[in-house]
Amino acid sequence: MRYILLMSGTKPGVDSYRAWSKRDIDTHMAVLTGISRELKESGEFVATQGLAAPHEAQVVRGVKDGTPITDGVFPESKEFLLGYWIVDVASPERACEIAGRISAAPGPGERPTNMPIEVRQFANHGPQS
Amino acid sequence: MDVAAQSTNQPIGHLLRELTPQVLGIVARRFRDFAAAEDAVQEASIAAVMQWPREGVPENPRAWLTHVAFRKMTDHVRSESARRRRENEVAEEAARVPELAAFDVSPQQDDTLVLLFLCCHPALTPASAIALTLRAVGGLTTTEIAKAFLVPEATMAQRISRAKQTIKESGVPFQLPVDEHSGERLRRVLHVLYLIFNEGYTASSGANLQRADLSHEAIRLARIVYSRQPNHAEVAGLLALMLLTDARRRARTGANDELIPLAEQDRTLWDRGEIEEGVALLSTALPTGSIGPYQLQAAIAAVHDEAARAEDTDWPQILALYELLKRMSENPMVILNHAVAAAMVHGPRKGLELLDGLAGDSRIAEHHRLDAVRAHLLEMAGDSEAAARHYRAAASKTDNVPERDYLMMKAVRLRTAAANSEPAATDHVPPPTDPLD
Amino acid sequence: MKYILMMHGNQANWDEYGKWSKEDLERNVAFMRAFSKDLKDAGVFVDTKGLAWPQEAKTVRAGTSGEPVTDGVFPESKEFLAGYWIVDVEGAEQAYKIAARASAAPGLGGKPINMPIEVRRVLGSHSDLGL
Repeated sequence: MRYILLMSGTKPGVDSYRAWSKRDIDTHMAVLTGISRELKESGEFVATQGLAAPHEAQVVRGVKDGTPITDGVFPESKEFLLGYWIVDVASPERACEIAGRISAAPGPGERPTNMPIEVRQFANHGPQS
Repeated sequence: MDVAAQSTNQPIGHLLRELTPQVLGIVARRFRDFAAAEDAVQEASIAAVMQWPREGVPENPRAWLTHVAFRKMTDHVRSESARRRRENEVAEEAARVPELAAFDVSPQQDDTLVLLFLCCHPALTPASAIALTLRAVGGLTTTEIAKAFLVPEATMAQRISRAKQTIKESGVPFQLPVDEHSGERLRRVLHVLYLIFNEGYTASSGANLQRADLSHEAIRLARIVYSRQPNHAEVAGLLALMLLTDARRRARTGANDELIPLAEQDRTLWDRGEIEEGVALLSTALPTGSIGPYQLQAAIAAVHDEAARAEDTDWPQILALYELLKRMSENPMVILNHAVAAAMVHGPRKGLELLDGLAGDSRIAEHHRLDAVRAHLLEMAGDSEAAARHYRAAASKTDNVPERDYLMMKAVRLRTAAANSEPAATDHVPPPTDPLD
Repeated sequence: MKYILMMHGNQANWDEYGKWSKEDLERNVAFMRAFSKDLKDAGVFVDTKGLAWPQEAKTVRAGTSGEPVTDGVFPESKEFLAGYWIVDVEGAEQAYKIAARASAAPGLGGKPINMPIEVRRVLGSHSDLGL
């Protein structure tokens, strides 16, 4: 069963990362990289991507005179996707377990960041028998 | 490891695919170590891919591969010989026979079957068993299997590696299961083959032919099992089911990759040869009296396949078969299909009543097929507005684009019909339900 | 450089889609098919996925006691990721052009939908984050 695990954050949230020490950032990233590595070892890994900071985000809405209409102004509360994992696992519980571990990746003071990870299933083709 | 050169060496690739499972049988039987044998055969295969394009394919390619694999095995064994005296004897024996001709060993008749049983060992998850089976018995490369299952190659390599490790740790010997578990072991093999077939069949759009290839590989392996166990009714049943389903393949996909439901398929595109073979297999299996779910599903497929036109379909017989199948199978899809058959025989209201029983089943309550079937039955019953709503709900629940487009189109047509107070035009057509349509 | 082009949607967006005519739908489906094909022919296509409406979407948090906490309740207005394309292009400008094309896909009455497509650069490694 295939799931996409989505990690999102707001601009102020991402801004707060800038206050982390380099060590905290490296530890946090090492945990996330470690999770990806474990998934590769267990044969559950399909894909992962990290996205550049929301500060560079643009939204495109159609064209005017052949030029894309872009806008980079977002409300403070807008949630931006920061990254995702796609996993191929045996059960929904396993998908949530992995999401829980991503969410537990530590921040400053080694406290879990506790960020919300959205878990979405990709279609199954037929009966799971 | 990636045999990257294979794409430019088609004949070598095909030859290796045919030979490596045979060599694996020979080596595993000789050294009694499946996991190490599989490693050795893979290394021999890589050596072949590197050397044969340059030096030409050897006169006896299987003996060549066997020789290289034996050498790898004895190296492996020697490095562990300090601990295990018995393998040391084998290594010495092997080391005493250097000539190539001595490696012209024939595979034993049972080898493929033994490998199949090993690869479908109950200790493995279905996903692992599928991967290992396709590799060790199917002879597919890791790259091919990864592409077929849409995972990265490294992931597939890991799955196979871990599967081999599990087999090793299980201590299962290289022989056919002879004990009281052999029935269960055979059921596992059939289940894995069924899953491989299903994977290939439900993804048979033009773009991904390697996935379609899986169905044919499953049929090939099922034939092997049948040839060794011709009196086992469920083995015949599974092979019949695969053939009767595969027979419809060409009619199933439209020019734009859209899925064409059974009732709307151009039956002239169905493969008559496969249908005849499937029906013949069933007629030998059914009378034995040991009815099972594969035979029943095959019998249902046969009833569909024998109808010259959709409107000639013998729905009462299908309904009777689903009633039997319901008693044997917990699968909610069976209940869904039973409801469709009931609707075709007793009218849509009867079918809708049966669907109500599924609303509480968590395995299917949110599945798009439940909405899709309900929608079609509502359409049959003339309730266009409710039907459109459920088609839309079904569309929202699937991310399979051709399927979503199909469901949205149905919704739109019905909404238009309802707005214009037209009767639903398709009330004699049953909904697409069976994933093996 | 890789960019991800994302379509988001909430319940109201999805309901709108349900109001299209048969011709609107056929036109949009044909457009999307041609769009993906063009990306492949141009050699910029990396990936695309459509996602179903999240009937069973969950949010999982680490929780405070070691057990992950799951929540399946979302506000009506919440925007969910509906699908994405990943393209490999020279720079942001090309990505915006591609996004603009997707955004202007025909909708109701064949008029360009001009749906918002969020464009983000995909990282090569976390050092790209520039934190």
